[in-house]
Amino acid sequence: MAEMVEGGGDSQHKGKKRAKKSSTRVDMTPMVDLAFLLLTFFVLTATFSKPKVMSLIYPAKIDPKDEKVDQPKINNAITFLLSKDKIYYYSGQFYPVDKPGPNGPTKLEVTNFGTNGVRKLLADGNKYVLSEKKIYNSQLKKKEIQDSTYLRHLLEAKKNKKALKVLIKSDDKATCKNFIDLIDELKIAEIGVIAPVELMPQENELIQSKIK
Amino acid sequence: MPKIKTPKGSPSIDMTPMVDLAFLLVTFFMLSASFRSSEPVDVDVPTSISDKIIPENVIVVTIDVKGRVFFNLAGEEARRELLESMANKYSAKMNKDQKDKFAFMSTFGCSMSELPAYLNLEANAQKKFPTLGIPCDSTKNELKDWISFGNRAALNSGKTAYVEAKNKGQKPNVNDFKPKFILRVDSKALYKDAQKVIDVFRDLNLNNLNFITSMELAPI
Repeated sequence: MAEMVEGGGDSQHKGKKRAKKSSTRVDMTPMVDLAFLLLTFFVLTATFSKPKVMSLIYPAKIDPKDEKVDQPKINNAITFLLSKDKIYYYSGQFYPVDKPGPNGPTKLEVTNFGTNGVRKLLADGNKYVLSEKKIYNSQLKKKEIQDSTYLRHLLEAKKNKKALKVLIKSDDKATCKNFIDLIDELKIAEIGVIAPVELMPQENELIQSKIK
Repeated sequence: MPKIKTPKGSPSIDMTPMVDLAFLLVTFFMLSASFRSSEPVDVDVPTSISDKIIPENVIVVTIDVKGRVFFNLAGEEARRELLESMANKYSAKMNKDQKDKFAFMSTFGCSMSELPAYLNLEANAQKKFPTLGIPCDSTKNELKDWISFGNRAALNSGKTAYVEAKNKGQKPNVNDFKPKFILRVDSKALYKDAQKVIDVFRDLNLNNLNFITSMELAPI
């Protein structure tokens, strides 16, 4: 792509020595190459390096002084007990062996992180919110409701009594990946109330006996 | 026979406008890019579907695979203020050089007694500094002080930024300038190690935490 010196071909060979008239134009190709290389580099790094965050609100710590705060009765709740790459769960309240509930003491169920495991479980449990969301989604598409109303309706649905509430407890072997993955599944299933709480010793015993 | 004349054009094209544009874009991306400062630990963050972009004015606590805790606060002014209050509390003596270095540094993880020695090192040596991270157990909870002083410093710098934005005639949202608390956990770290840090936050009544994650496509 070198520059052509225009019209100077013959005159140079006619004996007369002239000062060589160099072209005023510079070959810009290498510069352009470099410019585009840099451009590509910055474009790629700029778009890929933005980390994302997932926010999670932890329940406030209860002051040990006012011990006798009644734990609010939770209905329609599911408790996940995380261990290394495994999820155990039970629904409703926890009944220890010495104080069995109407269906006897609590038994743990086990599930996995796959699409057929926890995702299906949550989708079934949280049918109410998911179906509400579908309705609002179609309304939004037909422009019957505004964006803000859509968000408000969704929030209300998530707080509804029929919506599933989730408690998360994890044992000593659970990794952060397990925890984040589970939170992720909860967000996919549009769970509004997520409470990461401490594991009770009785629950830990149950997990350990399940692992064996 | 008449000759067929083909117009003799120069085979070279004028590239100037293209170069202009290329350099304009390069400059734009260069200026808008914020470089990731080198971190003393490599952390492989878990993935999630969340698409919330990391906010400004943050306090970042990093937990690596071994459960060591590292701390970072954004903003030079805030860092200076933070170091001042920490040095006061732990009566650590630091010279101006060390303070300057701290102000421009990013994540660090060492106890207050190790800090002056750590600050004297070069960036590469800092990576190899043998440390157990910031102590955060019940007997010696330095992390709690870093967070509470850091929160105060970040609130102050956020306030100045808010007033500045207001004077410029914008309508800033107060919540954008409040410090946010970010946890950067390694995906292989044990959750109980993260829980220790989370409990420190909760002790300070800071319950809204954010986890750094990399993007993953949401299922449809």
